[in-house]
Amino acid sequence: MTEPTETEAGKRDQRVRFYQVGSHVVGNRLLDPEQRTVQARMDRSNTLTSGHRACRGCGEALGARYVLDAAMRASEGKLVAANATGCLEVFSTPFPESSWQLPWIHSLFGNAPAVASGVAAALRAKGRDDIRVVGQGGDGGTVDIGFGCLSGMFERNDDVLYVCYDNEAYMNTGVQRSGATPPAARTANTKPIGEHPGNVFGQGKDMPRIAMAHGIPYVATATVAEPHDLERKVEAAMSLRGARYIHVFVPCPLGWGAEPRDTIKLARLVKETGLFPVFEASDGEVTGVSRIRRRTPVEEYLRPQRRYAHLFGEHPRPDIVERLQAIADRNIREYGLLGDGSEEEAGW
Amino acid sequence: MFEVRIHGRGGQGVVTAAELLSVAAFDEGRHAQAFPSFGSERMGAPVVSFCRFADAPIRTREPVAEPDALIVQDPTLLHQVDLFNGLGPDGYLLLNSSRRFEELGLGEFATGFRPERLLAVPAGEIARRHLGRPLANAALLGGFAALTGALKLSSVLAAIRERFPGRSGEANVAAAEDCFSQVEESIGRVSRA
Amino acid sequence: MLRQTEGSAAVAETVALCRPEVVCAYPISPQTHIVEGLADLVRAGTLEPCEYMMVESEFAAMSVCIGASAAGARAYTATASQGLLYMAEALYNASGLGLPIVMTVANRAIGAPINIWNDHSDAMSQRDSGWLQLYAETNQEAVDLHVQAFRIAEQLSLPVMVCMDGFVLTHAYERIDLPTRSQVDSFLPPFEPRQVLDPADPMTIGAMVGPEAFAEVKYLAHAKQMQALDVIPAVAEEFESAFGRPSGGLIRGYRADDAETVVVALGSVLGTIEDTIDAMREEGVSIGALAIKSFRPFPLEEVRTALAGAKRVVVLEKALAVGVGGIVAANVRMALSGLQMHGYTVIAGLGGRAITGPSLRRLFAEAVADRLEPLSFLDMDWGRVEAELERMADSGRSGPHAENMLREIGIVAGGSH
Repeated sequence: MTEPTETEAGKRDQRVRFYQVGSHVVGNRLLDPEQRTVQARMDRSNTLTSGHRACRGCGEALGARYVLDAAMRASEGKLVAANATGCLEVFSTPFPESSWQLPWIHSLFGNAPAVASGVAAALRAKGRDDIRVVGQGGDGGTVDIGFGCLSGMFERNDDVLYVCYDNEAYMNTGVQRSGATPPAARTANTKPIGEHPGNVFGQGKDMPRIAMAHGIPYVATATVAEPHDLERKVEAAMSLRGARYIHVFVPCPLGWGAEPRDTIKLARLVKETGLFPVFEASDGEVTGVSRIRRRTPVEEYLRPQRRYAHLFGEHPRPDIVERLQAIADRNIREYGLLGDGSEEEAGW
Repeated sequence: MFEVRIHGRGGQGVVTAAELLSVAAFDEGRHAQAFPSFGSERMGAPVVSFCRFADAPIRTREPVAEPDALIVQDPTLLHQVDLFNGLGPDGYLLLNSSRRFEELGLGEFATGFRPERLLAVPAGEIARRHLGRPLANAALLGGFAALTGALKLSSVLAAIRERFPGRSGEANVAAAEDCFSQVEESIGRVSRA
Repeated sequence: MLRQTEGSAAVAETVALCRPEVVCAYPISPQTHIVEGLADLVRAGTLEPCEYMMVESEFAAMSVCIGASAAGARAYTATASQGLLYMAEALYNASGLGLPIVMTVANRAIGAPINIWNDHSDAMSQRDSGWLQLYAETNQEAVDLHVQAFRIAEQLSLPVMVCMDGFVLTHAYERIDLPTRSQVDSFLPPFEPRQVLDPADPMTIGAMVGPEAFAEVKYLAHAKQMQALDVIPAVAEEFESAFGRPSGGLIRGYRADDAETVVVALGSVLGTIEDTIDAMREEGVSIGALAIKSFRPFPLEEVRTALAGAKRVVVLEKALAVGVGGIVAANVRMALSGLQMHGYTVIAGLGGRAITGPSLRRLFAEAVADRLEPLSFLDMDWGRVEAELERMADSGRSGPHAENMLREIGIVAGGSH
């Protein structure tokens, strides 16, 4: 969303609304250079460079590139990354190759936050805290097996930005359920057999809210559909010290049974339905939300994914779709995702 | 080698007592070893500590099975724990109690030992007078020096001061000196008897 | 400087002199006094620059050390028993990545049943983790080994565990000659990492390695441990000339050269063993001891040479390989393969049961007379064992073993030493 700039001919009086600012369609070519995304710049770090072995349409590869290029820009290239075991680690470092163009360490599945804390401590001891640290992992490595270490990092307020790329299951090992798998989703161990609706309702962790409960300086959620928003949040996080957390929604075509070309669309839809609230928080309180532009029923988001196919088709489960809709409606209410209608549509 | 075993309960400074003895011995230029036999932090549970000192380096690490001297900081352990295991007929026993051996039911037991080497001393009361609390470990160390002559009182006092600086140290020192005098006097009486 | 002090306190002070830049602390008995001592030294400004991290688990402790070491900092932590197991995955990771972390292991038994007292089960359980394992006989040696450990670790780019018996050493007060700051600074140069996370020269650490290269990478850890067989004695020798006293090294014999019977052991029990040997030698028994200082790498050649002339070898060990028997004994046997002699494995001191002079006296006498079983357990109460086995055989719901036995013993623990 942008105001057109003044020209020598004088003021315009028409407002142009750009809905897909930041995608290849509009924003980057028609925006001021300064307003373009990092991704649109020639001089971006390309921190996760090409040649990695990610699937076609991998949302995580996209998310990692967006996040790290923005973080590298914010830190003037002085950045170290600690990565948990998972898809990102595996596809980015097929021995003897590596697609990382920054100092990068992979230790174990459950310790990326702790390793990142260790790197930050070492740099501080050496008087080099101009070098910044990012810890990153998938939902499994963050919300489940890495949870203890992450909570410890938060509690100590270690100077690390931790990023979770959430594709809602343990993908690299064959799509098993994690603590971030949404209700009703099919995974390898939550198949809709008999009356079972896929993953059960009433479980799972709201990691962003858990992060907020630690009172850390900065928490944000974002998706790969809105790179401006994601980059701005990375920049905001990098301007602060202490423990910071960004939770990025990243579709996984293979794991979700979706088309590779639908990755961005699904990321947009999950926000527009209200299933994934996009917001920012400081010191434990929500400071801003990214409002839904066009409220969308959850079904539009669910149908393109075969992990939800059992809700439709031969033996449809409208009751479950209704329960998912109720979750979305509740998020919209609690976070104020529609605004009150009177404000300008803000943000990108 | 002189071997000491100290019995008490958690919170009574039994471990500290053994450590102080070892520091006192060190200050006299001797080799010394002190270690506890206990586990998780817990008030009130029976605790044992050991101290050995000698002129040659000490290699063994086993618990003191045949003590030359026993210090019992808490008389409620009597008849509950096998306190006297391994104490030989020439052994020393210093018991923290205002009662006499006969009153404690140890009259017959005491006959197997040398009378001037077995002593009950009200170290808790002495400690209360100087410290305001019945924390008897330092006092008993003064008594030990008097009873056994195995360490000099001055070494014991120096060790106490080193561990507890300031007023608390001086109060413990006073308690130790007081107990030393009382024990000396008691032994004198026994010897004269 | 000579001081009468607690083993843990001495270790804390010495580690501080080694100038670690990141210290991770998670408490577990009986290591707590070490990490507490370091906390005080950092707060007082005595140890600086140093980041003291109070982490949320041992797994986190080793993970923070991994990150710190990879970023070029000298990193240290301490643990025992359950804590060592909890970080097992990270141990293998640290050695596989070649990070020269130094860790104190205050040797303690592993549950169930839960037990906080000394034996060697913990370090033994991680003998294949790729870490070097050095065992201290005394608190003096524990102090000395930490200084040597940082040197050895950084020279080889391998992590080192300094093992000291929990409670027996950690909580013992004894006379220790503490090194001075300048002594340690002369002996231990600043850490020069082989690999480091540095934006000025980015590298990828921790890549996945498939069948085409894994074996070679893994072998490097073994190759480095083979190099350690030379580095450890070299560092020990240098230590002796710099500090004026022998400590560390691979093995140490005690009256073993001409002994018909040699007792092999690790750690603090060797003190009691030596006293017993002296007493038996007085009576004309040909007996000696062999202390193994470096358990990993295992000094096969040195052990073979030391024991080749003996008629019988008694390996006294404080851990049990459940289902087979001795652990150290198995390694010793490997060293002696092809040689003819009597070999006895004696499991002793499990869960902190005291190993007494009189017990050793009886044991060695049995050994000398070749009356020992190949595998025996010192001071085992066979009656209790039989009773519990019978209970199990009799009824389906026989109850938990530990609780049954404790009920039989009566009062728990009180005064039994």
